[in-house]
Amino acid sequence: MAVAVSIQGVHKHFGTLHALNDITFDVPQGSFFGLLGPNGAGKSTLINIMAGLSRADAGSISIMGHDVVQDFRLARHSLGVVPQELVYDPFFTVREILKLQSGYFGHGSENKPWIEELIETLSLSDKADSNLHDLSGGMKRRVLIAQALVHKPAVVVLDEPTAGVDVELRQALWRFTKRLHDDGSTIVLTTHYLEEAEALCEEIAILNRGEVVALDSKQGLLARCPYRTLHITVDKAADQLKGMLPEYLQPLLVDTHKNGISFRLHKTEHQISDVLEALKNAGLNVMDLYTEEAGLEEVFLGLTDSAPEVVTEVTV
Amino acid sequence: MKTGSRPIGSRAYGFYALFAKEVVRFLKVTVQTILTPVVTALLYLLVFGQALEAHVEVYEGVSYSAFLIPGLMMMSIIQNAFANSSSSLIQSKMMGNLVFVLLSPISSFEFYAAFTLAAVVRGVLVALAVYLVAIMFIDLPLAVPWAIVFFAILGSAILGALGLVAGIWAEKFDQLSAFQNFFILPLSFLSGVFYSIESLPGAWQTASLFNPFFYLIDGFRYGFFGVADADVGISIAVSLGFLLLISIVAMLMLHKGYKIRS
Repeated sequence: MAVAVSIQGVHKHFGTLHALNDITFDVPQGSFFGLLGPNGAGKSTLINIMAGLSRADAGSISIMGHDVVQDFRLARHSLGVVPQELVYDPFFTVREILKLQSGYFGHGSENKPWIEELIETLSLSDKADSNLHDLSGGMKRRVLIAQALVHKPAVVVLDEPTAGVDVELRQALWRFTKRLHDDGSTIVLTTHYLEEAEALCEEIAILNRGEVVALDSKQGLLARCPYRTLHITVDKAADQLKGMLPEYLQPLLVDTHKNGISFRLHKTEHQISDVLEALKNAGLNVMDLYTEEAGLEEVFLGLTDSAPEVVTEVTV
Repeated sequence: MKTGSRPIGSRAYGFYALFAKEVVRFLKVTVQTILTPVVTALLYLLVFGQALEAHVEVYEGVSYSAFLIPGLMMMSIIQNAFANSSSSLIQSKMMGNLVFVLLSPISSFEFYAAFTLAAVVRGVLVALAVYLVAIMFIDLPLAVPWAIVFFAILGSAILGALGLVAGIWAEKFDQLSAFQNFFILPLSFLSGVFYSIESLPGAWQTASLFNPFFYLIDGFRYGFFGVADADVGISIAVSLGFLLLISIVAMLMLHKGYKIRS
């Protein structure tokens, strides 16, 4: 598959901190790529190097085949970045700033229809002639997205675009980024909301302490966690259940609540039928049950330092 | 909405857009950027002109008020051209919106040229406004018009580039203010705005010759009266050399990404 972003052996130091340590991976063209990691993992540093806001100590990055240092003009033409911070120029209106941003990329009046389309699509029409200073945080976030797209880049980087936004705007931004992706753009998303990455991303790289600790498809990452949770409702109150459970089920028990009981089962080592049989033998009648697969959050925690004890057992 | 399909834009238009943004920015606050410096210059003219008109004649046949006007015009150029690029840059750095320029394909030279040229526009506009108001009250000759235009543009460009250097270097408004008050302001006041260096004691005369702003003011004043303290050729050479030096420093800082690209 053709490569949209190629990152090869990138190192970056800040004093004694090795912020990025030999980062190497490709982002396929047309993919929806998640770049995840805890705070300080190096995500923003990597994006800054991609965007030319920072320079790597070693290694190289190319966007659509253009080196971000040697061939910076074409690389930057191919890249649109939505910054994490709500930054804006208080001297200008929405329409003015989009025209200026378009101009920085060498486009004149021929780009006006696209600017108007962005204003319309991002629901900025009512505020198009308002000063940026007077906009709400959500509106400013939309303007940032419009600025990133004003030159029609092939690759769009969204650096935590939904941080601090309300549910309605988050949903709107999800729909918008899905639409961008459906129309052929390569999307690189960093986010702290793992359900967001799980819902949107096809390929995911997880950074931790400046190193790539996982690089896989979403399905591949999810498959790395061999556990599922079995939730069962029985005909007795939970406080009576613990003493009635067979000994081998005790270590698998993760939660009890009213008539509910939850077990963490290894997908291949523990059979659901064995659990049900054991409960039946203990004199418990199963009223209802459902299973819950491991999410990206569980995989993420297993790969990074903040993992709770139960998750560190995950084999990767 | 299809992205990734836009042909590469014009490099010249990228430069023009940044230049236009810098000009529009100061035109949106003309009271602060044009009117206030004009009023300040005219107050200097009123106070010093009234106080010294009858006591001082620097050049034969030239009133002190007339002598003062080119100096005040160049002082306005120096302060406003510097303020234009330095304040715009530090505001963009502090507000974080400089990132939009840094993300674009605008090169270091285009960045330098756009900021410097916008500073030239502001410097020349303020000087022109001071001139137009002043000549309503005082007769002012135009002995060598090309020298007036040349030094106005050159002075604005030097201070625009110097403002760029200061704006890149400063990390907060306090540092920029220090640069302005401890470097720009003393050098402009001690460069012959209010006097001819011929009237200074020997040591101060010699010291003035090391002040690059002196050559700007002296050459500019030559354009009005056809006489100057220094040879105009030397003023041109020193000023061009200073512009070259400051421009190289500014370009190197931009090229290295000093304090703007980590």
